[in-house]
Amino acid sequence: MSSIFEIIGPVMIGPSSSHTAGAARLGKMARSIFKEPIERVDLTLYGSFAKTYKGHGTDRALVGGLLGFDAEDERIRDAFKDAAEANLQYQFIESSEEGGHPNEVKFDLYSKDGHHMSIVGRSLGGGRILVTNVNNLEVEISGEDFTILTFHHDCPGVIAWVTSRLGQASVNISTMKVFRKRKHCEAVMLINTDEPVDTQVMADIQNHKSISSVMYFEPLEKAVAE
Amino acid sequence: MSYLYDTLADLAHLSDTHNLPMWEIVIRAEMEASGQSREAIEKEALRRIQIFKDSVVNGIEDRKRTVSGMSGGQAHVLLEHTPRLMSPTAYKALTYAIAVNEANAKMFRVVACPTAGSCGVMPGTMCAVAEELKLDDEAMLRGFFMGAGIGNVITNQACVAGAVGGCQAEVGSAAAMAAGAVVAMLEGTTKQAINAVALCLKNVLGLVCDPVGGLVEVPCVKRNGIYAVHALSAAEMAMAGLISQIPVDEVIEAMDRIGRALPSTLRETSEGGLATTETGRRIAKQLAEM
Repeated sequence: MSSIFEIIGPVMIGPSSSHTAGAARLGKMARSIFKEPIERVDLTLYGSFAKTYKGHGTDRALVGGLLGFDAEDERIRDAFKDAAEANLQYQFIESSEEGGHPNEVKFDLYSKDGHHMSIVGRSLGGGRILVTNVNNLEVEISGEDFTILTFHHDCPGVIAWVTSRLGQASVNISTMKVFRKRKHCEAVMLINTDEPVDTQVMADIQNHKSISSVMYFEPLEKAVAE
Repeated sequence: MSYLYDTLADLAHLSDTHNLPMWEIVIRAEMEASGQSREAIEKEALRRIQIFKDSVVNGIEDRKRTVSGMSGGQAHVLLEHTPRLMSPTAYKALTYAIAVNEANAKMFRVVACPTAGSCGVMPGTMCAVAEELKLDDEAMLRGFFMGAGIGNVITNQACVAGAVGGCQAEVGSAAAMAAGAVVAMLEGTTKQAINAVALCLKNVLGLVCDPVGGLVEVPCVKRNGIYAVHALSAAEMAMAGLISQIPVDEVIEAMDRIGRALPSTLRETSEGGLATTETGRRIAKQLAEM
């Protein structure tokens, strides 16, 4: 049994839950991961995204998401106008290469001071998404959970330290994965939690000597409106 | 005591055991599974019902064509025309369902029901019935929860995505939800609701998903209108006392099997059916060059 609001839902801007609602959520997730104000973005579209993005409004939904709009925000229809007003530069690149999934997009985001981040995500259908790659590191971010993402140096004790700090704060870990490029090299820890994580805990994690940076995301939207 | 259900037989059994209407079981199951209060659930349902109504209005009032030029403004044409063959309720359901799908194609806000491609059937049917029979939001809530319960069973026992089960799973499920919803709005019995769903779904089996140019427009928009009327036919038959010889859960199972047997060319890939007709190909080529 699912929630009835997943059956009669999501509330969304048409026409397609995968090509429009999912695209908006991917854009919003990319904005949330990048954190800094976005000056310029290159969007490389793969598969069905590349073939049908104009007719499905995938382009406007992606840009709307990058501007922080939810999948049901009517401003998505005129997102290009809002992007011009916000001085957000964007270009779409239609890739003929096979992506890892039929509906895939790569964001190359640039801030004003030239900071760059590359984010790859997929639209899974029904508006559900998965960010699969951040700066060439494999990740799995769905936008449905409280998620902590650490970029750290692969060495003994880091994982135990982070998980015990969360335990001290009574934060329960629901799922967890660890990825690394290779032994004793760059690594990523992905932790989903049942509870929100407060800023002091995040600051403590950030201050650990082997952790170069850490990110924290709340769910993209609440399951049921208050 | 648990109100959770997997099949429509479960829902009917719970309804009989507790002497409560089926839609009431659906609300209680949602409260039980989510931990939300009845007030919170009804409030969110009413918000979505309001979006049903808004999307009907947007689809009728906005007469522009879509980006592709394949649809838009047709609900308005229907509204201007005086029906010569259909009852006022059926004609309004046809018009409103098309309006909602046009709103969807033109990037207005809609409620996927159960999907975006089939988002017109249930809202169009429910809004038309409420207007013509002068029913209030209480009736709309009954219909909403009944439709949601039916959709929940189909989603979990079979599928509702065109890419998995063809259009029978998508618009077919939407019509089955609408048929049950209308019976609930008119306070029909559980037996009538169950049979409305079965009669409705039996008669969409095999419907394929072959959208021209991969867009949710041709044949989707007008199909939502046609199947809104189909849902009313099934509801009317069930309320007259007709029953389905094949029990509803078995019809759902058959739909799932048929969907999985469909070749992938007829499951939303636009590699078969209408999409690969001479005209379908020409339109797709024009869209690709846009």
